[in-house]
Amino acid sequence: MKIDIQTILPLAIAIPLGMGFILPLLGKKLTRLADVAANLATASLVCLSIILLVGRLQGGGAEVYWMGGWRITAGGTVFGINLVLDGLSALMLVLVSVVSFASTLFSSRYMDQYTGRSKYYGLFMLMIAGMNGCVLTGDMFNLFVFLEIAAVSSYALVAFGCESDELEASFKYLILGCVASSFILLSIALLYAQFGALNMAQLGERMAELGVNKGSLLALMMLLAGLGVKAALVPFHAWLPDAHPSAPAPISAMLSGVLIKAIGVYAIIRVVFNVYGWTPELGMALMVLGTLSMIVGGVLAMRQGDFKRLLAYSSISQIGYVVLAIGLGTPLGILAGLFHLANHAIFKSLLFLTSGAVQYRTGTRQLDEMGGLAQKMPITGRTCLVGSMSIAGIPPFNGFFSKLLIIIACVAAGRWGFALCAVIISIVTLAYFLKVQKNAFYGKLKDKWAQVREVPLTMQCSMVLLAVLCVAMGLLLVPGLREAVLEPARDALYQGVKGYQEVVMTLLGSGG
Amino acid sequence: MTGMTVIVKTVTRWTAALIFLYGAYVVAYGHLGPGGGFAGGVILACAYILITLAYGGEHALRVLPRAVASRLDSFGALAFLALALVGMVGGGLFFTNWLQQKWAGKAFHVFNGGIIPLANVAIAIKVCMSLFLVFFILSSVRMFGKDEQIDFRSKEVD
Repeated sequence: MKIDIQTILPLAIAIPLGMGFILPLLGKKLTRLADVAANLATASLVCLSIILLVGRLQGGGAEVYWMGGWRITAGGTVFGINLVLDGLSALMLVLVSVVSFASTLFSSRYMDQYTGRSKYYGLFMLMIAGMNGCVLTGDMFNLFVFLEIAAVSSYALVAFGCESDELEASFKYLILGCVASSFILLSIALLYAQFGALNMAQLGERMAELGVNKGSLLALMMLLAGLGVKAALVPFHAWLPDAHPSAPAPISAMLSGVLIKAIGVYAIIRVVFNVYGWTPELGMALMVLGTLSMIVGGVLAMRQGDFKRLLAYSSISQIGYVVLAIGLGTPLGILAGLFHLANHAIFKSLLFLTSGAVQYRTGTRQLDEMGGLAQKMPITGRTCLVGSMSIAGIPPFNGFFSKLLIIIACVAAGRWGFALCAVIISIVTLAYFLKVQKNAFYGKLKDKWAQVREVPLTMQCSMVLLAVLCVAMGLLLVPGLREAVLEPARDALYQGVKGYQEVVMTLLGSGG
Repeated sequence: MTGMTVIVKTVTRWTAALIFLYGAYVVAYGHLGPGGGFAGGVILACAYILITLAYGGEHALRVLPRAVASRLDSFGALAFLALALVGMVGGGLFFTNWLQQKWAGKAFHVFNGGIIPLANVAIAIKVCMSLFLVFFILSSVRMFGKDEQIDFRSKEVD
């Protein structure tokens, strides 16, 4: 079957954007209809992203889509708005869609505790639209626009409960996020002033031609700082441990699972590899940032007594692994980093959903108040165990393979110190997740939880779906699947500036 | 907030209509001259904001109820998206200018910019309503801020 990607590519942005404005119109009464509509939308996005992933393989290489067929070449500069679907974008699209489907499925009952369901789904859909746009766009300025759509809706979603601590966390996130966004915008302006292009491929080409100068280095610094805030790398991580736990659980799953990756890590690696081009110095900067995040996040997570806060610190630590591996710049390193990114999206959203399930039934996030809950909530207990073992890197689960690959890649690149850090933090991760298991799900059941029941069926379904994926994702390393999913994503980065520019520019003619 | 003095109210009565008219002009002429949906929408919202300042929030809500503004806000965005999606019908591309072939470049014709004037109108509705709502919500927080606390909490207390 021939799938015409050219026709359906913009739907990845149009569907969530449209639903984002239709759902608020449903108002207060039609909450069940809003549930169904939101789930249908995310389910259709899952189908769409898988079609795009498979269809891209049949077409081979990348697809470039020019909005409205509007493309003018003047003085060697291409004007127009383009979407680029390459291996990395396709992988990110699938991740965003799968996690958002699990989250909407979970939301339908979880959000019974809140009012304003249609507004919640509206913001949720806008956030998906922003992330999908961010991973698809081939234009620096549009990257900023989509990044802001996703970020602004996430500020509102963090504050959705309107309790004082939620408002405080959201305000902190808003201020830091806005500072980061202004850095990003300023650096894009600087780049445009020097190179006269906003199209990423063209910007990369000009930069390679004219060479890196002080202005573009300043822009790079500000981009790394700005996008570093969005990705919560360590010197810029202060907002995350407040913002992620304060949000409703499905939103925490979205924020930690995909948002920090789609608008943070993805944007950083796209800029570093396909616009500036990877250099050993730049790689070293990424590796140091990554290792710092890995260590600081991991050590701070050990001391947390709040379930969701612990998970938030753990996100910082795991993002560190991803950035460290990709910063190596070797094919194996990039592959390992992207694989861990994909795995982390699945197991971290699973863990946040299970923490939400516990909070839904017991009303607490404090680990020492829980205990023995696995007896009363068997599905939640088991899925949480799967998630914890995956993130800690226990063999049959996906996290083991990606962490192993990261360590092998570090050793193969001769970075023994970084490899050692990765191993040690991996043990630390296991330690704090064993603490979660022991305090929350095993041990003696406290008397006050005698009446606790398992969560509703839809919430169980979404957790089981993600838990199954935790096991199944390990199969991505099997030769046939690896060449279909992970290797194109790796090649999209490894081809560097020149390859990306060739892909985008040779396909110039296919749009109009 | 019951509004300002009679002088301000009288002047506002005259100027609000003119501001609104100017906003409509900027929107409608946006595809040919400076301006467009966003700039025009901001000017339109300014007319409402002026009414709110001069006559008070209650009067402003009689002119433009919050529910209506909120619906129009979504409607504007959806209209813009619909314009883009219509371009995809019949094998075209997202945002294809599907009115262009018919009237492109014809002087004195309303649609000589293709779908651009229509898109401007959609953007203007969206921007005007969003800005009005943002202003209104912020001002109502301040209104009740001192002695009366609005309960913004949406979470049910159990």
